[in-house]
Amino acid sequence: MKRRKFIGMLAGAGACLAASSASAGGTHHFTGYPESFGVLFDSTKCIGCRKCEAACNKVNELPAQPVPFDDLTVMDKRRRTHHDTFTVVNKYAVGDKPVYRKQQCNHCLEPACASACFVGAFKKDKTGAVSYDASKCVGCRYCMIACPFEIPTYEYHDPVTPRVRKCTMCQPRIEEGKLPGCVEDCPKGALVFGRREDLLGIARERIRKHPDTYINHIYGENEMGGTSWLYISGAPFSQIGLREDLGITPAPQFTSGPLGVVPAIVGLWPVFLTGAYALTKRKEKISEEEQHHAVAEAVADAQAEAAKKLKAAMDKAERDKQAAVDREVKKALKDAEEARKKEAEAADAGEQ
Amino acid sequence: MSHHTTPDKKFWTPANILTAIILAVGLVLTVKRFTMGIGSVTNLTDDNPWGIWIGFDLLCGVALAAGGYTTSAAVYLFGMKKYHSAVRPAITTAFLGYAFVVFALLYDLGRYYRLPYPLTIYPGPTSFLFEVGLCVALYLTVLAIEFSPAVWETLRWKKMRHYAHSLTLVLTIFGVILSTLHQSSLGGLYLIAPSKLHPLWYSPYLALFFFVSSIPAGLSMVIFEGGLSHKFLHHKMDQTHIDEAPGVTLGFAKAAAVVLFGYFNLKWIGVAIDDNWHYLATGWGAWFLVEVIGFVLVPCLMYAVAAREKNQKLAFWASIVTVLGIVLNRLNISLVAFNWQLPSEFRYVPAWEEIMITVFIVTLEITVLRFCLSKLPILHEHPEFKEAH
Ligand code: SF4
Ligand code: SF4
Repeated sequence: MKRRKFIGMLAGAGACLAASSASAGGTHHFTGYPESFGVLFDSTKCIGCRKCEAACNKVNELPAQPVPFDDLTVMDKRRRTHHDTFTVVNKYAVGDKPVYRKQQCNHCLEPACASACFVGAFKKDKTGAVSYDASKCVGCRYCMIACPFEIPTYEYHDPVTPRVRKCTMCQPRIEEGKLPGCVEDCPKGALVFGRREDLLGIARERIRKHPDTYINHIYGENEMGGTSWLYISGAPFSQIGLREDLGITPAPQFTSGPLGVVPAIVGLWPVFLTGAYALTKRKEKISEEEQHHAVAEAVADAQAEAAKKLKAAMDKAERDKQAAVDREVKKALKDAEEARKKEAEAADAGEQ
Repeated sequence: MSHHTTPDKKFWTPANILTAIILAVGLVLTVKRFTMGIGSVTNLTDDNPWGIWIGFDLLCGVALAAGGYTTSAAVYLFGMKKYHSAVRPAITTAFLGYAFVVFALLYDLGRYYRLPYPLTIYPGPTSFLFEVGLCVALYLTVLAIEFSPAVWETLRWKKMRHYAHSLTLVLTIFGVILSTLHQSSLGGLYLIAPSKLHPLWYSPYLALFFFVSSIPAGLSMVIFEGGLSHKFLHHKMDQTHIDEAPGVTLGFAKAAAVVLFGYFNLKWIGVAIDDNWHYLATGWGAWFLVEVIGFVLVPCLMYAVAAREKNQKLAFWASIVTVLGIVLNRLNISLVAFNWQLPSEFRYVPAWEEIMITVFIVTLEITVLRFCLSKLPILHEHPEFKEAH
């Protein structure tokens, strides 16, 4: 039957949704690929020279920038990443001295962008990089809505094949055994590349050795479920443009629960609705039956009434007939009597 | 039915001239959008990737097209036969509504020609957007079949009409399931961004809010359009439609009052559950109260009074307030309270071209709707198919 097929299809879709959401953000806590890499940024060592920006531009073959990379005045304004700028260094005034902080994709362990993308164009790679595949992208920009760090950017002026753009953690270079461009060119060692586990160890060690220099917190260790880029700093993170109110819940968990309701709706609604329909039909049927009954009764009453009337009429007719017969008989008798009298009279007269 | 437009009636009425101008400007901007990119006609930025095309065209468009599933469920599943004449107009507006939502999406999607990808080539089922896409696609198909009898009747294709009609029950059930899913998924879209949406609007119940509020949205659109067609298309309506209209209006008003009241309470549970009361004392709180009291509680009471006193005028006004309230809510979530922490110079304000394209799409939709209402048996029964329901 068509109907069963329809509902079966739906249930299938629901189950598929449920299964995939369970594996993406369900009950177990995914903590990233154990061997994956990351980068540690140390704001106490960064001097805001923009060498990392230049390197990024070069290794990713991005278009030339209107302001050369040795012009440091651009840092007077808050900047963010763009489709042709995967990383920017911003200057923050903390107390009386400037603090610099590099910004790029944090390569989340459980990326919001990947969970949001409805064609799976983002993928967390075992190198740690969150990579984007332009050949799948539909250009809905939901990934940009989802990213808590406001990282993905868009080629708004490309009419036919616009791409989402963001830092790739130089995944191709890592696979060749090279360092990410920015790390390689940093003159001050503010960037350290390595396995994420090792970087956490380095960061802890620095904080332990210099408790007066650093705040006792590794940004990215747990934020949004953890990121591959890690930050240590002497200034409070919220003062160098890193939000501290994001919490430690990995982004996919915000949606996995509600998405899990889907199969329940797909399963329960048809039952409930068919039930409602059946009830309605039953109500209609009952009222129909009652109507039938009433009609039948009325008909029976009417028939009885009619029969009574008929009988009465027939009785009356019978009576009338009887009366007529009686009348006729009487009349005949009377006539006969009279005839007999006349005959007698005539006989009398003849005898005389 | 006493129609027959007098042949000497002028075509270039002021309304038609305005329509023509809007359509012309829209076409020019359409060419610009598809040759020079989204950026050439919008103020969208990397911080604000979704503007009014998503906030209004998609979110409001889908919510306001909810009249289709609410009406057909009421009539076919819950046996409210006396509202039967409301079904066809509701299905028609829903069908056109969804068709134009999808059409509008083509402007917003960077690679619009890949719209079927999520459903066919690369499904991404961890995303609420995937669910929206899947359900909207399926539901548009359902609506197309539900709408089709009006076309078959006009063409006198009795067999086709019979087939389409025999599917009514299945399609109705299917439609309710799909609507439940995608109406709520639109709210679910924002669940992934708790750090961007203001806490008074962000709630783990967002999906539920969207679903529940879509019901009065749909009912109100039926009342609203019913009121309008009474005014302007009276001559297209047959006696059944005219006779049943007050019942539909008042019955739907009652239902809307009940659901709006439930929604009003839910909204407060949403505030309570995250203990967001302290935000009420801020400017955002005042704006939240305007929405929840002015555009949920007030129309709820208006509907209640209208239903009790059998006041159709009041119900009509209540429907307008409700519709505005739904629009306000969807815009608050997608644009106003979204990115509330960004400094004002990074906030989004739509470009005039962007607004114009939205106006263009709405105008196009109304034009097609007017055409359908006047040419197809929607506000009246086709003489050859009377009583064939
Ligand atoms: S920082 Fe944003 S873009 Fe980068 S992985 Fe995380 S969610 Fe994705
Ligand atoms: S813009 Fe592309 S990558 Fe981003 S969510 Fe949409 S389809 Fe996925």
